[in-house]
Amino acid sequence: MARHTISMVVENRFGVLARISGLFSGRGFNIDSIAVGEAAEPGTARMTIVTQGDEMIIEQIIKQLNRLVDVIRVVDLTGENYINRELALIKVNASQATRQELVQIADIFKAKIVDINQKTIMLEATGNEDKIDAIISMVRPFGVREIARTGRVALARESTSKDTPSPETPQPVWERERKQITADLA
Amino acid sequence: MKLSGAEIVIECLKKEGVDIVFGYPGGVVIPTYDVIQRTTDLRHILVRHEQGATHMADGYARATGKPGVVLVSSGPGATNTVTGIATAYMDSIPMIVITGQVPVHLIGNDAFQESDTVGITRPITKHNFLIKETEDIAQVFAEAFHIATTGRPGPVLIDVPKDVQIGEAEFSYPERPDIRGYKPRTEGHPKQIRKAAEMLTSARKPVIYVGGGAIISEASEEIRTLARKLNAPVTTTLMGLGAYPENDPLSLKMLGMHGTWYANTAVMMCDLLVCIGARFDDRVTGKLEEFSPHSKKIHIDIDPSSLNKNVRVDLPIVGDVKQVLQQMIPLVERADTAEWLQQIEAWKQDHPLTYANTIGLHEEGLEGVDRETVEKDTDQFPLCAQYAIERIGQLTKGEAYVVTDVGQHQMWAAQWYGFSNPRSMITSGGLGTMGFGLPAAIGAQFAFPDRDVIVFSGDGSIQMNIQEMATAVACGLPIKIVLLNNGYLGMVRQWQELFYAQRYSEVDLRDSNPDFVKLAEAYGAVGIRVFKDEDVEGAWLEACKVKDRPVMLDMVIAEEGNVYPMIPAGAASHEMIEE
Repeated sequence: MARHTISMVVENRFGVLARISGLFSGRGFNIDSIAVGEAAEPGTARMTIVTQGDEMIIEQIIKQLNRLVDVIRVVDLTGENYINRELALIKVNASQATRQELVQIADIFKAKIVDINQKTIMLEATGNEDKIDAIISMVRPFGVREIARTGRVALARESTSKDTPSPETPQPVWERERKQITADLA
Repeated sequence: MKLSGAEIVIECLKKEGVDIVFGYPGGVVIPTYDVIQRTTDLRHILVRHEQGATHMADGYARATGKPGVVLVSSGPGATNTVTGIATAYMDSIPMIVITGQVPVHLIGNDAFQESDTVGITRPITKHNFLIKETEDIAQVFAEAFHIATTGRPGPVLIDVPKDVQIGEAEFSYPERPDIRGYKPRTEGHPKQIRKAAEMLTSARKPVIYVGGGAIISEASEEIRTLARKLNAPVTTTLMGLGAYPENDPLSLKMLGMHGTWYANTAVMMCDLLVCIGARFDDRVTGKLEEFSPHSKKIHIDIDPSSLNKNVRVDLPIVGDVKQVLQQMIPLVERADTAEWLQQIEAWKQDHPLTYANTIGLHEEGLEGVDRETVEKDTDQFPLCAQYAIERIGQLTKGEAYVVTDVGQHQMWAAQWYGFSNPRSMITSGGLGTMGFGLPAAIGAQFAFPDRDVIVFSGDGSIQMNIQEMATAVACGLPIKIVLLNNGYLGMVRQWQELFYAQRYSEVDLRDSNPDFVKLAEAYGAVGIRVFKDEDVEGAWLEACKVKDRPVMLDMVIAEEGNVYPMIPAGAASHEMIEE
C-alpha cells in the first residue's frame, strides 16, 4: 500500500477538522499525519494529510473529501512534483562529554540548537520525513527524552511539468554524511 | 424592520415554499413554536416521538420530491431524530432538520437538555450548521435548502440556540447561494456519453440496472425511451422500483438478494451492464468477485464517490441521470438483442416468481386438496402474505403509494405489489429502518390526501413507531395498514432457519404481541382481522370505506413462511435458493 500526500484547501471554520478526521475514521481510512494552518486565500486553511491505501481506496478518499461542503479543493500530490517538509523538536540527553558530538550531528543535518542546559539540548530539524527519521536515529543513542513532530506539509511546485528534475533529486548532504559516518563506525 | 430569529426561521421556510412541518416542541424551541402558533400558512403536525417526525418528513419528501422539514428541541429531541436522519441520508432524501439548542453561552457546559447535535449528526447528514448569530439565520437556511435539494440530495441539520431565536435582525432572503466548496455537476461529459452510446448500440446482451437515483432525478420517461430504443431489458433495485413499469415485457423486476431468478441470471450473463443511479450495493451484487463477470459496465451517477466504489466500471459518467440520458438517447441506435430477449423470455417461463397459495392465481401444489379443507383449516392453509399483497396490488391497479417497514413483508411487497409509477414505493432501503413505515405513510398521505396510501408492515416493525397511530388518528388520515402478522421477527427467523440450523434466538413474538385490532381501536382507528385468502378482498374493500381515520388490517399469516428466491449474504447469484 503506497503512501499518499493529500493536500487540500478547506473553509477555515470550527468543526472542519472534525468533519475530515471523522470521515477518515468512519470509513476506515488511515491517517499517518495531518497538518493544518491558514492558507493564502482569506478564510481558508490548508490541510496536508498523509495516508495509505491502494488505488481504489485513495480514489475513494479524494472523492469522499470532495463531497464535504467545507472542502474547496483536493489534490493528491503523490506522483506530482512537489516539496514536502516536516519540522521536529527533539530533546536529547546531553552531558558535557556528549554535547560536542550532538552539535556536530545537528550541523550535518542543518538542525538548530534551540535550547540547552546542563542535562539536555533541544534540536529543531526541518526537512522531509526521511531526514527527520535520520536525525532522530542518529541522536537516539544519546537518549531521546521527547519528540514533537508537525507532520508533513506540502505544496506542488509551480511548474506543472513532471519532467522537470527536482533540485531535491540529488542526494542531500546529510544523506552522504550519514552514510559516511555509518561507514566510519563500521 | 427587524424580526426575531424565530420569525426569520419561519419566513425562511415560507420563502422555500414549505407548507408543512413535522415536529415536537420542547424547552429551547418555544420561541419558534410561539411564532408557529400565530402563523396561518404553515401547517405544523404534532407527532408523538421525534423519530416519527423525521420519517414523516422523509415519506413526504419521497412522495413529492420536495424537501421534508422537521422541527424539534435540543438534547433528547435532537438525539431522537438520529435514526430518521440516517435513514434519509442512506437513501439520499432531501430533508431539513431544525433542532433547538441551549443558549450560546451555555454550549459546552453540560446544560439541561444539551447535546452536541452537530457533532452527533455529522456523519449522517449531507451537511450541518450551528447558528451563533441571529443575522446568520437567513444565509444558513438558504445554503441548507440548496445543499439538501441539489446534487445527490440528503438531510441537512440546522442547530439554532434559544438566544439566536430570541435575538433580532433585519431579514432579507439571499438568492441561490454560491458555496465555493459545493458545485455539483449535472451535465454528463460529452465524450463519455458518445462512448457509452457506442457501447450500448453494439451490445448483444445488455441489461439496464436502475436505482433510486432515477426516481430522485425524475428520469423514468428517459429510461423507458432508452430501453425501447435499444430493445434492452430493465431491472430495478429496491430503491428503483417504479422507475420502470413491471408489467412491461422488457421488465425483469427487482434484482439482488430477493430479486427474480431471471433478473439476477440476466445480470450474471449479460455483456453490457448499464447502471443508472444505483450504487452496486452488497444486497445487489452479492459476492463482488463473481458479480456480472462477463459484462462491460457503464455507470451513471451524480455522486462521483459512487463510481468505482465497489465495482470497477469501464465507463463512469458523472452527472444527473435525467440530463445524461437526454444527452445520450439521440446517439443510441437499436441494438441487435432479439436472441437475448428470447433467452430472457425462456428464463421467465422456467423460473417465474411464485408462491404457494390456497386460492386463485397459483394452484400448483394444491392438487388433491378439496376446497372445504382449505377454507376451514387456517392452521394448515393460513393466509398467504404474497397473495394478499398481489391482490391488493390488483385492487389498487398498482396506483397506490406503498410504504413498507423492514423485513419479510418489505421484500414480499417489493416482489408482489406490481409497481409501475415512480415514487410509488416508499421504503427504507439503505439503512433498513424498522418503524419507518407508519410515520413515512403519514408524510405521504399529507402530500397526497386523496390517494391510497398503504403500509405493508410486520408485527415486529409496526411496534417500533406505533405511537404515530395517534398522529394519524388526530389528523384523520385514511392510511391502510396491512399488518402481515406471523408472530415472529420473520426475516431474522428465516436466516436462523436457513443458516443457523433453526436455532431461533429471540425472534418469537407470538405470546407477547398485543391484539392489534384492539390496539387500533384504542387509538381511535379501525381494526379488522383477516385469516384467509378469501377474505382479503372483502377486508380491503371494507377498509376503503373508511375515509376519516386509519385502518389496521391484521392479517394472520403463516408463522414460518420464507422469502424466496434468496441469494445468501455474500454468495454469488448462481447460489440462489429457489423455493
